[in-house]
Amino acid sequence: MQYPRQQTTEQPIQEKSYLSNFSTKLSPFLVANTGTLVFLFIWWLVTALGIIQAVLLPTPIATFSSLWAGITSGDLLLDFWLTLYRTLYAFVIASILGIPLGLLLGANEKLYKSFEFLIDFFRSTPATAMFPLFLVVFGIGDFSKVAVAAFAGALVVFFNVAYGVMNTRKTRIMAAKVMGVPKWRVFVDVIFFETLPQTFIGLRTAVSLTLVVIIVAEMFVGSTNGMGQRIIDAQQVFDMPGMYASIIATGVMGYGLNQFFLLTENKFIHWKGQ
Amino acid sequence: MVSKLGVDIEVTGLTKYLGEKVLYENFDLKIARGKITCIFGPNGCGKSTLLNMMAGLLTPDAGQMRFGTEVRSSGRTKTIQKKGQKSSTNNSRNESPVKIGYVFQNYRDALFPWLRAAENIEYPLLSAGLSRLQRKARVETLIHQFDVGFDLSRYPYELSGGQQQLVSIMRALSTQPNILFLDEPFSALDYEATLAIRDKLQEVFTATGVTIVMISHDLEEAVYLADHILLLTKRPTRLAERVVFEAQRPRTLKTLSEPAFVSTKAHSLEVFRREAS
Repeated sequence: MQYPRQQTTEQPIQEKSYLSNFSTKLSPFLVANTGTLVFLFIWWLVTALGIIQAVLLPTPIATFSSLWAGITSGDLLLDFWLTLYRTLYAFVIASILGIPLGLLLGANEKLYKSFEFLIDFFRSTPATAMFPLFLVVFGIGDFSKVAVAAFAGALVVFFNVAYGVMNTRKTRIMAAKVMGVPKWRVFVDVIFFETLPQTFIGLRTAVSLTLVVIIVAEMFVGSTNGMGQRIIDAQQVFDMPGMYASIIATGVMGYGLNQFFLLTENKFIHWKGQ
Repeated sequence: MVSKLGVDIEVTGLTKYLGEKVLYENFDLKIARGKITCIFGPNGCGKSTLLNMMAGLLTPDAGQMRFGTEVRSSGRTKTIQKKGQKSSTNNSRNESPVKIGYVFQNYRDALFPWLRAAENIEYPLLSAGLSRLQRKARVETLIHQFDVGFDLSRYPYELSGGQQQLVSIMRALSTQPNILFLDEPFSALDYEATLAIRDKLQEVFTATGVTIVMISHDLEEAVYLADHILLLTKRPTRLAERVVFEAQRPRTLKTLSEPAFVSTKAHSLEVFRREAS
């Protein structure tokens, strides 16, 4: 009586533990990627069943092989690099302009108030509306694209830094003051660090924005290279796999930049949210 | 040495308005050197404002303050502020050898989270121009004095509330100040941490003789720690009574049941009830 009962209880347990072991190894991957896999499957299903014409939506396989071909032949990599270069160029200018100005105006509330309308006005004006102006000022070369993107990015950086300075915790400043720390040291040692989390939010937003502006500029403002140009060229000749491949590559760039900034942020601003 | 470190404070003719309302008018106060003085009073009577004015964080509308032998803060008229007058005030402040330590109620907002606990304690010494070795030595002394049992190379947010407030107190004491101001230092802590830290504070006080001025929201705690309890009235704020409690140090949990303690506390409560309502 006892012997078979033991068997029946033991076997499922073994199987269960084997299964749970397998699923614990796999589950973090599944949790993080199920959505992506489902998305790719639906994409494949839709194209395989011919629900959407191949002219509008190529199969995932055609898209990724086009992406692969672009990478191996090197011409996609060149465009990728050029766009990344312009984006980072614009971002660096934006930071160099935005951070000191933000610190300066953030620390002088009266000065900030006097510029507040102007700041809000330009923040609300789409940067892309400035293309013609920048073309006149900087010419049709590469730099006018970089300049528009830098302008848009600088406003975001500036605004966030100024906001960060204005919202520093008064207690920490008071703590430094009561120690007899000179005013400039309070600024360097306390206010600057207090502002860092908000500054990083500004930098992260700015890098995304400069990428957007650069892509749009590459599409429509007399460009012969870059991912924006690549996407619109593929569209013009109905190279749909090529277009989708370029869109995906651009997405990878945006995602990568954002992740890079998030990682840097978490490493340097370890006290964030504490 | 004990009597040398602490200095006395004298506040005369202090006036401070809060908008249109009078907070202090012609307010006088004396704080004895080398004693623990606790300030107790009803909500909104301006205890923190008084402490901040004494520490130089707020400017009074009128009045004078003397710390030991020197006048540190002179009042200004509310409307006119002459440039010359302002700079002379600043000068006397900078040259002043009287050093102040300040412990805030909210340690979370007062410590620098980007610096490790030990670096927080060193920070006032860094801006005072001490060398790395001198700073390390001073921190070692403080660790010994406070018998610190946790790792000071951690960041403040990795420490418990009690540990963070202890770090705040060590930071305030790192420059060996003549006066230590504490603004409700225990109100954000649990009871266990409060008991431990207030006894350490008492120990350090006995060892150094620094003048301590503390705001308390807990009458038992005030009487337990203080030599002098200053009972304030509601606005416009006056000094209702200076209660003196001279029980021996170190005071322990036994002190809390001694007749002198019980009667001092009862008397203070009576004065507070009368003046707060």
